[in-house]
This record gives sequence, structure tokens and C-alpha cells, in this order.
Amino acid sequence: MINLKIFLTGLKSLKGSRSPAIPLAACFIALGALLKDAGFNIQQSAASSLFTYALPGQLVMAESLLVGASIINIFIAVWLVNFRLYPMTVSLFPLLDHKSQPKWKYYLSCHFLAVTSWLIAKDGYKKIDKKNRIDFWIGIGIGTWSTAILMTVIGYLSADYLNKDMLIGLAIVNPVYFFCMMIGAMKNLGISIAVIGGTILGPVIYVISTEWALLFAGLIAGTIAFLFGGDNGK
Amino acid sequence: MASSQIIILAIIATSVATFISRFMGAITSEKVSVNSKIFQWFNCVAYSTLAALLGRMIIFPAGVLADSELIIRLIVLITCVALFIITKKNLVIPTIISAALLGVLTNI
Repeated sequence: MINLKIFLTGLKSLKGSRSPAIPLAACFIALGALLKDAGFNIQQSAASSLFTYALPGQLVMAESLLVGASIINIFIAVWLVNFRLYPMTVSLFPLLDHKSQPKWKYYLSCHFLAVTSWLIAKDGYKKIDKKNRIDFWIGIGIGTWSTAILMTVIGYLSADYLNKDMLIGLAIVNPVYFFCMMIGAMKNLGISIAVIGGTILGPVIYVISTEWALLFAGLIAGTIAFLFGGDNGK
Repeated sequence: MASSQIIILAIIATSVATFISRFMGAITSEKVSVNSKIFQWFNCVAYSTLAALLGRMIIFPAGVLADSELIIRLIVLITCVALFIITKKNLVIPTIISAALLGVLTNI
């Protein structure tokens, strides 16, 4: 059903010099501590990472609860910040597609789609035979997802021992990791324009509209990269 | 402080709002060929959106990171990206250094 060897290859992306374990640990420990602050109990904190597993959305949820936003407002704010997962899925899943693989694998494993797992899969899919790529993806997904849940629990439990300086230190790790991975992905003109354009437009549009900044910056910079990037690679 | 019931509803709302985008992506992917123009466009938009999120996280961070100085965040980011390139794309070293460096620079 699942090719175990390929699955383990995906799972092993947690190890080695390119391991995402440290950035994942840093941001989900910080999240666990924040959720405790927001009044969550330990089961609720674990459930949040289990069922959502998308850090920016979980941050929006916690901060919205702290200021007393309504559930509808939380839903819309989270949808807007996590809508990036839509183009991310569409730019990854066709690469993993194979006729011999059942559809449920794709429908279930799309839950593992987050920035970390996406970057690892984009970086490594070429080494895997097309037929087995979905199992490679499931391996990456299970590895990063379970790390996130475990670290949320650890963060919750260690909240009382984390001072503000430590939390600030933890918070920088993830953006630094993502930036390094993005720089590593800039192998052709299209992706390079997309990354540089998005990095600039994101904060610029944020000044005008906090909620729509990601969507507009992504659409504008992405379309410019598509039109002027020549061969955009995969 | 929110009540337990509100928290559970918020977890459900957040999870559903997130899964919608992923599942729609999986459905759309069935109709998108790797060699098509539309795939290339989605690829560019995905990288741009992600870069926009990162740019925002560094310039206008949410949460505790907002209490650090912008110039310090930029120094940390540039140093760590340089380390990443010098160490031939090692990710463990720059990520560990980032937290330590931010802590040191903030307390000078």
C-alpha cells in the first residue's frame, strides 16, 4: 500500500545537516507557550497542532482569542493567512501524481502541507521515482507533523521556564530557516524574481492592508515572475 | 480569557479554514499537468506568497518578535543567510546561530 523504503526516505529528511527539526521545534515550542497564555489546556494545544498544523494560522487564532474576536472573524482571518496553502498544494501535488496511486493518499496527505514540508519536498522530489513520490511526501509529512505536535506539548509544559528573551530567540529561528530554504530554491530566473518580488511586496502591501497583503503580494509578484521569468522550472 | 467552549470552536474553525485551502489544492492538482503554463504560474505565485509572508515576518513580525529591533532582525537574517551559503547549505548551523545572535545583540 505504501512503499516503506520510500516512506522512510521521506521520514529521514528530519535528520542530517539540512534537518528542519530545530526550526520546527523552535516555533512550535513558542506556540505551545503562547497557547498556554491564551488559556488553552494541554489537550487543546496538542489538538490545535494536530488538526491545523499551520503556524501562521494558529498564531492568528491565539491572538484573535486574546483580543476576544468572534469565531467568524477567526475563521476569515485564518482562511486569508492560510490561503497560501492552495497555490502551494497546486505547485507540489502534480509533481507527486501517478496513475497507479490511489486518490485517498492525496486527499489525506494534503493535510501535511505546510511551509516546511513543502520546501523539503520541492527540494528533494527529483531524486525519487515518479511512481513513489507520494509515499516520499507522506514520509516527510508524518515526520514534520508529529514533530510539530510533540513540540507544541513540550512548549506548553515548559512555558513557565521560558522568559521573554528566550521566546524572542525562538521566534527568529523559523523565518531564518525559511529564508535559507528559499535562497536555496532560487535556481532559475522565474523563482528568483518570485522570491525577491514577494519579499519586497509583502511588507509594502502590508502597510496598506494587513489582511490582504499576502494574497495580493503573491499574485502580483508571482505573475510578474511568470511573465518575465522565462523558463520557470519546477 | 476565553472559555473552553470558545477555544474548542476556535480550534475547529481554524482547522476547517486551513484544510479548505489544502483540499481545494489537491482537487485542482488533478486537473493540472506538470508541463502546463498554469502549473508554472501556480509555482511562481506559491514562491511569491511564501516570500511575502517571510518579508512580513521580518519587517512587521507578530507576537514577541515585535519587541526586538528591526535592524537587529536584519543583521541576524543576513548573517545567517551568509552562513548558510558559506557552509554549503547547512541548515542546522544558521538556525542555531540565529537564536543565539538575536539574544546577544538584543542584550548589548
